[in-house]
Amino acid sequence: MTDRADDLVATASQTVGPFFDFGLTTPNAALGQMAGPDTPGERIRLRIRVYDGEGAVVPDAVVELWHADASAAFPGVWGRQGTDADGACEFHTVRPGAAEGASHINVCLFARGLLRHIFTRIYFAGDPALSADPVLALVPEARRGTLMAHADGDTWVFELRLQGEHETVFFDL
Amino acid sequence: MPSYEKSQPPLLYPPYQSTRLRAPSRPLIQIPARYSDLSQPVYGHLPIGADDNDLTVHGASGSPQGERIIVAGRLVDEDGRPVPHALIEIWQTNAAGRYPHVRDTHPAPLDPNFTGAGRTETDAEGRYSFTTIKPGAYPWRNHPNAWRPAHIHFSIFGTSFLTRLVTQMFFPGDPLFGQDPVLQSIHDERARARLVSQFDLELTQPEWALGYRFDLVVRGANSTPFEERA
Repeated sequence: MTDRADDLVATASQTVGPFFDFGLTTPNAALGQMAGPDTPGERIRLRIRVYDGEGAVVPDAVVELWHADASAAFPGVWGRQGTDADGACEFHTVRPGAAEGASHINVCLFARGLLRHIFTRIYFAGDPALSADPVLALVPEARRGTLMAHADGDTWVFELRLQGEHETVFFDL
Repeated sequence: MPSYEKSQPPLLYPPYQSTRLRAPSRPLIQIPARYSDLSQPVYGHLPIGADDNDLTVHGASGSPQGERIIVAGRLVDEDGRPVPHALIEIWQTNAAGRYPHVRDTHPAPLDPNFTGAGRTETDAEGRYSFTTIKPGAYPWRNHPNAWRPAHIHFSIFGTSFLTRLVTQMFFPGDPLFGQDPVLQSIHDERARARLVSQFDLELTQPEWALGYRFDLVVRGANSTPFEERA
C-alpha cells in the first residue's frame, strides 16, 4: 500500500514500553560516551535523573541527547542511555558551544507511559548567556529553573520531572 | 498541504494506566524552527554486523521456536522522499510471548535461541528487511484480562531528530486490537491501520518464511510542530 506523496502522514508513535533494554540500551552502552579522545571542547559529565508525577524515580526511561559541537556547529553528536533502578543515567560529552543564546543540550525522552517521545533542553546554571537565550525567553520565568543542570562536584546534575510539582518544561518541535 | 487528523497519540490517555503519572500535564512550549536543533544532523550511527537483521541466527545452539517471517518495507518522509542509511532497531517477544527481560514475569517459556533484538540500515532507496520469528501476544495487567496484541517494536533514526520515531508493528487479523489501549490511543482509524503490517506473498520465501510488508513514514522538511499535527 502506497499513498500519493501529498497523502503521506507520519507513522504514529507508540510507547517504547518497559522491556527495551536488550534492544536499545544494553547492546549500546557505549552510546553514553558522546565525545572521543580527539573531540575538541571542555569535557563534562552529566547525570540525569527522571521522576514521575508522584516523585517516584523512573527506572525504565530511554534518554537520548543531541547537541552542537564545542564551536556551536553541526553535525553534532548524539547519545543514548537507559535509566537505572535509581532513575538515573550518565553521559560523558563536551560542553556545547552556542552561537546565539546559551549552551544547551537537547533531550529526547521515551518511556513506558509515554505514548510518544517528548523533548526538553538542558542549560547550565550560572551561564552568563542564559539571559540572552531566545528559547528560554519563551518559557515563563517561574519555570525556567526546571531546565537548569546544576554543578555537583565534577558532575552536572539535571532533574527531569515528567509531571506534577516542578514539572520540567517540554517543547513542541 | 497534508492534513494531520489525530494521527498521533496524545500524551495522557487514561485507559493506558502508565500515562496517568508520566504524561506531562502542562502544555508544550513551541520553539520556532529558526531556534530549534530538531533538523540539525547528528552522526555516530551504530556499527551494523552482517547478521544483525536476522534474529533467527543469533541463538547459541540452533534456531528459535516459532514461525519464521520476513518483515520488510520502505522508509520515506512525508514529502515522499526515501530516507537512506537510516538506523532501524527492532525488539520483540519470542513466539510464546515472553521477553528476555528480568522484569517480564509472564509464565511463558524463554527461548534460549532467541535474543529478540536486531538492527539494520535502510539502503539508498530507503528499503529495509528483517528475518525474525512471529512474536506472541502477552498479558500485561493494565486492566483485567489485558493482552498486548503480538507486535514488533521499531526504532527509526535518520540523520536528525526530526526523523526520530519509536512505534510498534502489528499483524493483520489480530483479534486483540479493540481491547489494546496502546493502539487505541491513536484516534484516527487510518493512522491505526497504518501500524498493521500487510501479509505480502511477494515477500514470502517458499518453504522458508512468510512475508509481511511494513512501510514507514517519518516527518519531512516542511514539517509542522507536533501539537499542530495531533
